[in-house]
Amino acid sequence: MQVNEYKPLIVAFCCNWCSYAGADLAGNNRLNYPADVKIIRVPCSCRVNPMFILRAFQRGADGVIICGCHPGDCHYTSGNYYARRRMTALFSMLDYLGIERERTRLEWVSAAEGAKFAATMNDFVQQVTALGENKRLEDLRCKK
Amino acid sequence: MQKITGDILIEKASALLSSGTVSCVLGWKKGEFGYDVTPAVFSSVEELERDFVYNDFCGANFSKYLVSKTRKLEGKILVFLKPCDTYSFNQLLSEHRFDREKVYAIGIPCEGMVDISKVKATVGEGISSIDTDGDNLLVSTLYDEEPVAVDFKSVLAERCINCKSKKHVAYDELLGEEGDVIENSRFDEVARIEALTPDERFAFWQNELSRCIRCNACRDACPACTCEKCVFDNPASGVENKSPANSFEEKLFHIIRAYHVAGRCTDCGECSRVCPQNIPLHLLNRKFIKDMNEFYGEYQAGEEVGMRAPLVSYTTEDLEPGEALTRRDTDA
Ligand code: SF4
Ligand code: SF4
Ligand code: FES
Repeated sequence: MQVNEYKPLIVAFCCNWCSYAGADLAGNNRLNYPADVKIIRVPCSCRVNPMFILRAFQRGADGVIICGCHPGDCHYTSGNYYARRRMTALFSMLDYLGIERERTRLEWVSAAEGAKFAATMNDFVQQVTALGENKRLEDLRCKK
Repeated sequence: MQKITGDILIEKASALLSSGTVSCVLGWKKGEFGYDVTPAVFSSVEELERDFVYNDFCGANFSKYLVSKTRKLEGKILVFLKPCDTYSFNQLLSEHRFDREKVYAIGIPCEGMVDISKVKATVGEGISSIDTDGDNLLVSTLYDEEPVAVDFKSVLAERCINCKSKKHVAYDELLGEEGDVIENSRFDEVARIEALTPDERFAFWQNELSRCIRCNACRDACPACTCEKCVFDNPASGVENKSPANSFEEKLFHIIRAYHVAGRCTDCGECSRVCPQNIPLHLLNRKFIKDMNEFYGEYQAGEEVGMRAPLVSYTTEDLEPGEALTRRDTDA
């Protein structure tokens, strides 16, 4: 019996060349990970504009994870290195504003790492579940 | 407190105008009460003599004005720069935002500028004029017979209390003595907030940012915010009608504004200075500066022209986000 009914909403940005393929592999191998993880495919981890993440939180995400190729393996050579700095700065800023750092994560998952993908998602969902519901980020410009 | 007086600057500017070295002057124009100084362009000696001032309320950083003022300019514009302004000046040059050839920059020393809201908090409203005797401001109000003396140090602007440099990093000519980059404690308040719990931090920012009326003054004054088309100009959004509300609708605005200037912000303090709601915006900017110093090495935007900002470069050895944040906490 599940005691905790709360299921977090997780948004996962996955780069097309590695992590999205990794997620595919996880599916092909019938590895389990929670259905509350919504995957958004992006061309490269560095395509993730910080605003995407804020917008996800604004629309009610409890956690956001970005997955890309391992350092050195980016299809565009250096996209993930830029992403690493940008996300470090952004996650730290979110943490500073009170959005716990456990709600954001950056992971490198290759096309061959279906098992790592599933394990990462399971772990992240667990971590966010433990934190509970997120505070909402709001912005007047994107009120619905 | 200013050793370099308005008269000296007027004399300097008039000479450069008359000799034809410059065709106009970017300076501070006096207002009605002495403290309501505004930036202005002067094109004649008469105008300078009539309206130019330099006093304890000349906080405005002129660097950004050069972007629009040099665009169609014939000849050169004279600009007076305080030490902190010169960092913005260099940063704008790094970003190719104006033509250095069109500017004649005079560095002027600065002992710190006064925050008028602190003066008002001390003496109250109804200020009719403000004078100085060196260490004190002599504030005359409609209600007091005698001017009230206010200690200059007690009403310094926040950014001046934590001044990072008395040294000019750019100029064509320098008036007065050159100062040094100085020790300061500008990151203390950031560190204090970092040490709170997430809920306390959220509450702190909710309290500060919910006062925001989205006037965009912070963006308009920011020398790093010089985009021709800004993401925050959206007439369809209705932000113009915003009133301060506890609903705290402006988190995204504040994160994105600070993020857009991350690595380019020189910490000149204009945003906090102009905010009509006294929101400590510098605490957002300084957070990014502090983080990047700690994660990627000390970096002062605008120190030199042509430096590469931390967010547009990388090393293969950079820390992962999780590592970076944990390391910061253990070092603190
Ligand atoms: S807020 Fe961003 S988009 Fe707007 S002017 Fe500043 S840097 Fe440019
Ligand atoms: S200047 Fe102050 S009130 Fe105006 S938009 Fe910026 S933070 Fe909000
Ligand atoms: S293509 Fe995968 S991170 Fe750049």
